[in-house]
Amino acid sequence: MKDVSEYEKDLASIRSMMDRSAKFISLSGLSGILAGVYALGGATAAYFLIQYPRSPFSYRTQTISEPVTLIQLILIACVVLGASVSTGLWLTQRKTLKENTKLWTPASKLLMQKIAIPLATGGLFVLIMLYTGHFGLAAPACLIFYGLALIHGSSNTLDEIRYLGFSEIILGLICSLYPGYGLVFWAVGFGVLHIIYGAILYNKYDS
Amino acid sequence: MKNPFEQLDKVLEHRVRLQIMSVLAANDGFEFNALKELLNVTDGNLASNIKALEKEKYLVVSKSFVDRKPNTKYKITDRGRTAFKKHIDALEGVIKQQK
Repeated sequence: MKDVSEYEKDLASIRSMMDRSAKFISLSGLSGILAGVYALGGATAAYFLIQYPRSPFSYRTQTISEPVTLIQLILIACVVLGASVSTGLWLTQRKTLKENTKLWTPASKLLMQKIAIPLATGGLFVLIMLYTGHFGLAAPACLIFYGLALIHGSSNTLDEIRYLGFSEIILGLICSLYPGYGLVFWAVGFGVLHIIYGAILYNKYDS
Repeated sequence: MKNPFEQLDKVLEHRVRLQIMSVLAANDGFEFNALKELLNVTDGNLASNIKALEKEKYLVVSKSFVDRKPNTKYKITDRGRTAFKKHIDALEGVIKQQK
């Protein structure tokens, strides 16, 4: 007969195996902070493009009529997205090397798949909105679909991601009530929230 | 109360087998190589323990080809899930009794 501590170890190993096989937990908090900084930079650039010299917190009444401006805005968004994704992959890979785990595990692949579906749907939806001239709800749609994607993927990663997802959705819904303030809400959702949650993850898991 | 020691599953008292069942209980199918990396065991060790679980009909094997390479996937059976649950309950019972 085995010692009781052996049975306790059995239970602990069950929990650890279930978690480690289904969850990708090597997310880098620092990359969240940096993604937030990039988003704030992008929002600042967009502000100078469409709203300057009026206060960023004032209600924006003019609409984007110039196709050139629209393309510039989309370009800024793409640069922010590209920089965030590549920094995220780079820092997360560095973290897996340090922890002696792998970046591509069944759990991380599942996480990517689950996030990709709502995210791609939202991205296409927003592009169609912009193409058809429905600018007013483009910013809240970004936030809401991003939040849904995070919640969808959260069962395969750290629990904090679920709360980030809920925060983005709540912010997106409030934003949809105030269409003229899209840029400010966008900056809060993709900038400030990423910095806050990135800092929480950094404090808790990065060493 | 029944003696919890008698409720323990002899096949699952082995640590590697218990870990295999844990991974399969939490996932919808898992590949041989991914399982090997996660558990950090040798090919032979993993294969023999999988065979033991297969003999009990706790898991099923599905073989297919991905990019012309053989791909072996394992899935937990209903019988396996029931046995796994019963074993965890027994483990908890044993620990509770000792405290």
